[in-house]
Amino acid sequence: MALLSCRDLVLGYDGTPVLSGVNFEISQGDYLCIVGENGSGKSTLMKTVLGLQRPLRGTIAFGDGLRQTEIGYLPQQTAVQKDFPATVREIVLSGCQARVGRRPFYGKAEKALCAQNMARMDLSPLERRCYRELSGGQQQRVLLARALCATRKLLVLDEPVSGLDPHVTQEMYALIRKLNREDGITVMMISHDIAASVREATHILHVGQELFFGTTEAYLASPFAARFLSLSAPAGAARPSGKGGGAA
Amino acid sequence: MIETIGTYLQFPFVRYALIVGVLIALCSSLMGVTLVLKRFSFIGDGLSHVAFGAMAIASVLHLTDDMLFVMPVTVLCAVLLLKTGRNTRIKGDAAIAMISVGALALGYLLMNLFSTSSNLSGDVCSTLFGSTSILTLTRGEVWLCIVLSVFVVAVFVLFYNKIFAVTFDEDFARAAGTRAEAYNLLIAIVIAVIIVLAMNLVGSLLISALIIFPAMSAMRLYKSFLSVTVCSAVLSVLCALAGILVSIVAGTPVGSTIVAVDIAAFLICLIIAKVRGNG
Repeated sequence: MALLSCRDLVLGYDGTPVLSGVNFEISQGDYLCIVGENGSGKSTLMKTVLGLQRPLRGTIAFGDGLRQTEIGYLPQQTAVQKDFPATVREIVLSGCQARVGRRPFYGKAEKALCAQNMARMDLSPLERRCYRELSGGQQQRVLLARALCATRKLLVLDEPVSGLDPHVTQEMYALIRKLNREDGITVMMISHDIAASVREATHILHVGQELFFGTTEAYLASPFAARFLSLSAPAGAARPSGKGGGAA
Repeated sequence: MIETIGTYLQFPFVRYALIVGVLIALCSSLMGVTLVLKRFSFIGDGLSHVAFGAMAIASVLHLTDDMLFVMPVTVLCAVLLLKTGRNTRIKGDAAIAMISVGALALGYLLMNLFSTSSNLSGDVCSTLFGSTSILTLTRGEVWLCIVLSVFVVAVFVLFYNKIFAVTFDEDFARAAGTRAEAYNLLIAIVIAVIIVLAMNLVGSLLISALIIFPAMSAMRLYKSFLSVTVCSAVLSVLCALAGILVSIVAGTPVGSTIVAVDIAAFLICLIIAKVRGNG
């Protein structure tokens, strides 16, 4: 049984489709990277999976006891957060909001979960530090710890390494790899970094005019990869320079 | 000095003013932190002008209890402003500017055309800047203020964690099943209630100051959401108390004196933050 399966999805805003014919599924333990050019609908797909917007057509089904509100989401940073007075602990604890439901306050179980996930992300010494004073990599770890409070099964990451320097980028990839391989958490990640995607992921979903979904090996053997990889920065460079500009 | 204040405190209207002033300062500062962080400060400003327009209509219609008219109109506008904030056709800030200056202009026009009062500019001035109305509060108005303040504080405490979640990251909150729209609506309604209450104290033009200054001051000094909220509330109450007492002793207008104290407090916080090196 798949954790998440999408059938014939048509996605878009206000009735105008941006992306159609999306079919894929994720099983427990998979590591799926969603790649594609800017504006190809990657973010729209992610928002639809999270239930932030409705698909125009098609179905999204959750299996293995996963509910839509139990996805751990790591969004891109917003302008509001850059100057937000909140401690690391306050933010990580807010990842438990789906667990408390209608109760107004967090209980012992949530606080224990929060402490556990801060330890997991090496944040315990920073517990009382202010979020806005942390480095980019530390801030991403805070948001990752918060996402882990929200889920036991599926992490959905929206460009988790954007804006990080090469060294911290590698650390972040290693952290996600560890969560996936050792803790068995399924990962679904939007990425600009095609080289890193094929290195890290077990499955690739390529979105755009034509779609591809399959294992990384199958992707590398397909014409998509040849076209897309040739546009991207050479493997090892952290910043994807050619984000797939005009491949007319 | 202290004796003078002691003498004044024997008058019920001074005690009423202090009670109402403290409660309004408390409520406005609680919501202020969220409003500032959500980039909603302008909504507070827009709504206060709407409240002025509604007040003008109420006085033209000779309503006996203008609160019954002003409150629903302001709450309705709060809901509308929140909806247009996400509208892409008319930019949120432009829509708010339109509504707020529109309400201000029409309100003044109506008062000019239909008012029977002999001292029109005095009336307008006191609605805009609060002047003396806080010293003429009736027992009923004080009770209304107490009840509404208890409501605001209860809402804030009960929904504190949700308000934090929705303020920090709305998308994450929605993905986790928190009904962010409902909480935004709740925040807007509570703000509308506070603004209508605060019109008695500082007048409609100065309300934003009560909402924004304590939050901004607290954000200079503290680093967690909880401590910023608590500091903002304490600061706001102390400034309101000091402002009311000074205005009674020195005979200055209540509203602008409170705001002047708020500004002074903000400057002090700014200096402390600079000295500590985290400004």
